[in-house]
Amino acid sequence: MKLRVLVRLKPGILDVQGAAVKRALVGLGFGELGDLRVGKVIEVELDAASPEAARARVAEMCRQLLANPILEDYTIETADDLAPRGAVR
Amino acid sequence: MRFGVVVFPGTWSDCDFHYVISEVLHEPVKYVWHRERSLEGLDCVILPGGFSYGDYLRAGAVAGRSPVVEALRGFVAGGGLVLGSCNGFQILCEAGLLPGALMRNECLQYRCQSTHLVVENVDTPFTRGLRPGQVLTMPISHGEGKYHASPETLAELKGRNQVVFRYAEADGRVTKAANPNGSLENIAGIVNPEGTVLGLMPHPERASEAAMGGADGVLLFHALLGSLVEDGTFLKR
Repeated sequence: MKLRVLVRLKPGILDVQGAAVKRALVGLGFGELGDLRVGKVIEVELDAASPEAARARVAEMCRQLLANPILEDYTIETADDLAPRGAVR
Repeated sequence: MRFGVVVFPGTWSDCDFHYVISEVLHEPVKYVWHRERSLEGLDCVILPGGFSYGDYLRAGAVAGRSPVVEALRGFVAGGGLVLGSCNGFQILCEAGLLPGALMRNECLQYRCQSTHLVVENVDTPFTRGLRPGQVLTMPISHGEGKYHASPETLAELKGRNQVVFRYAEADGRVTKAANPNGSLENIAGIVNPEGTVLGLMPHPERASEAAMGGADGVLLFHALLGSLVEDGTFLKR
């Protein structure tokens, strides 16, 4: 089963990387740019009896390692979440 | 005092710490590989700087879950002393042995420079004998050293006098200009509530001999060894 974890800095935590990328894009002529923040995508493949079980295991991975709860929030997407948009191949 | 210097794949300050402990201080020291599960026989464990496990995912994240760091939990619970410098501080925070987290420097630059540190807490084994307000000079060398903690954690740190070092001017004033990485309230080093685990971004091992441009870093070791005298200098050993 394939899942995708999105890890982002919590709202309110200054994202210096995002600010630098934003400045570069503004320099490229994207003057309409508002906020821009950079996060991480972690693609996970694992054996699980059900999407719910898989999600629970990946949530545990997030708690133990994949995200730092002091700085980051995470969301977990399963193929079901993404299928309508065709985002997971 | 028997020291252990932990070596992860990607650690780079291990040899410097080993050299200072063995050649400058003449104390017994051994390297401890990251897969080690026993820290028996050691009094003080050093987590040196570098890029443990490539700093993949987050600086210190993978190392913070390694076998030797799991062993460190029992070592700390038993009263053992731990000094984490640079990547070692990041690892201690990732492991939850110290509160807060280290983030990318606000300036986005990797900063390799000398810094002045004002000593705030002299009631730790690492700073005993120093004077409150004493200014030490030590280099930093990091890209992710901006200390961050929630307002609640910060209040706890201050309430328990856990802030040990702040980045300061040469005269000890804590100013924004003296903050090299955007750290919360200029925090450069903290201890656990018991004072037995110290994490700091600066490199004491790189300021341990006059020939290296200064020897303030070695004062932390002299404090540990009980050889500091009251005015914050040390007796010739």
